[in-house]
Amino acid sequence: MAEMDTSGGGGHKKGPGVKKGKKLSTRIDLTPMVDLGFLLITFFMFTTTLSKPKTMEINMPYKDEKLTEEEKNKLKASVALTVLLSKDHRVYYYEGIGDNPEVAPDLKITGFKAKDGIRDVIIKKKKMVDGLKRSGALGPKDETTVLIKPDVNSTYSDLVNMLDEMSINDVKVYAIIDISDVEKGFIQATEAASAGQ
Amino acid sequence: MPKAKLPRKSTHIDMTAMCDVAFLLLTFFMLATKFKPEEPVVVKTPSSISDFPLPDENIMLLTVDAKGRIFFSIDNKLKRKALIENVNSERSLNLTDAEMNNFAIGASLGIQFNQLKSYLNLSSDKQAEIGKTASGIPVDTSVLSVNNELAQWVKSARNTNPLLRICIKADGEAAYPHIKKIISTLEGWKIFKFNLITNMRAIPEGTAAYEQKNSVAKAE
Repeated sequence: MAEMDTSGGGGHKKGPGVKKGKKLSTRIDLTPMVDLGFLLITFFMFTTTLSKPKTMEINMPYKDEKLTEEEKNKLKASVALTVLLSKDHRVYYYEGIGDNPEVAPDLKITGFKAKDGIRDVIIKKKKMVDGLKRSGALGPKDETTVLIKPDVNSTYSDLVNMLDEMSINDVKVYAIIDISDVEKGFIQATEAASAGQ
Repeated sequence: MPKAKLPRKSTHIDMTAMCDVAFLLLTFFMLATKFKPEEPVVVKTPSSISDFPLPDENIMLLTVDAKGRIFFSIDNKLKRKALIENVNSERSLNLTDAEMNNFAIGASLGIQFNQLKSYLNLSSDKQAEIGKTASGIPVDTSVLSVNNELAQWVKSARNTNPLLRICIKADGEAAYPHIKKIISTLEGWKIFKFNLITNMRAIPEGTAAYEQKNSVAKAE
């Protein structure tokens, strides 16, 4: 291909007294060059794929000021799991939506652990809802709903972890909601109780 | 017995073709690589299992660092120019053409409106220096508040480019109230769909998402 014809054939003949110069091969060993080329290719291949950040798409519920209270509260308490995110990556949760101010919900504490963390709680809840669906207590359209309520002490990573749990556990309906004062009180009460122990 | 004479073949292989291919690929990758744009602050994003890649263009990036400072940027120089012109007229900042051009070629911005003029007069090195100590773009829960400068940026950016996809790149340590303010600002402009930039992490085994992914892989 890129080799040059070095045979010298076809050129004019030199006289008998003229010494022939030693023929040097014009071939260059291209192996190191190829090596270098592939090394750089590898480098660029890795950098291109790694510099592409991944994103998580998030859809907030449509907020309309005109919506009346009756239209809003359509969620059944039996499908709902309320998760409160608090400081030091602590996660509080209770069943239901906590709409009854007289009865304090049974607040439990957990975290983003691989074992016995919030994931197991969600899986259990999903199983329970499935069971209720089969028994006919819930309609086929009812889905496990997780209400995420981060408080002022929680961090962004808590929120992302929680949203991630939603996609990990295939929870289709979830919402990020402002925490209520009542729930803040619950967290404080639970913290005080655990501190006293 | 006479030995069969095999013609001696050279062990040299012509590397030229291989070299050609290697450099062709190299050129391709060099041209296709996009280097990361300069970032004003170091942000350690949390991880998620989401593997949806960030689109290449029409991005509005809101960077939030661990202290909750907000930095704003959009891609595309022409769009940046249009944006600053829009902001300039709406907030009557009296920016000169040179200052606006400076914005168009600049990086992320975390400066209040009243400091913007002096900031854009500086060289890019000085800007980066100030960016490290800047207070970030002020934000509020209501879009109608005059102090909510982020709302102005978002509104103007969407006026200049309605296709903008809004991405929030926040540090995992950033406190939730800061994020909350951004989200309510976006909600105030009726933006309910946006992206959070996260790191990739593996899907834990035995979960619903893991099984889903595997069943899809098997079906294929």
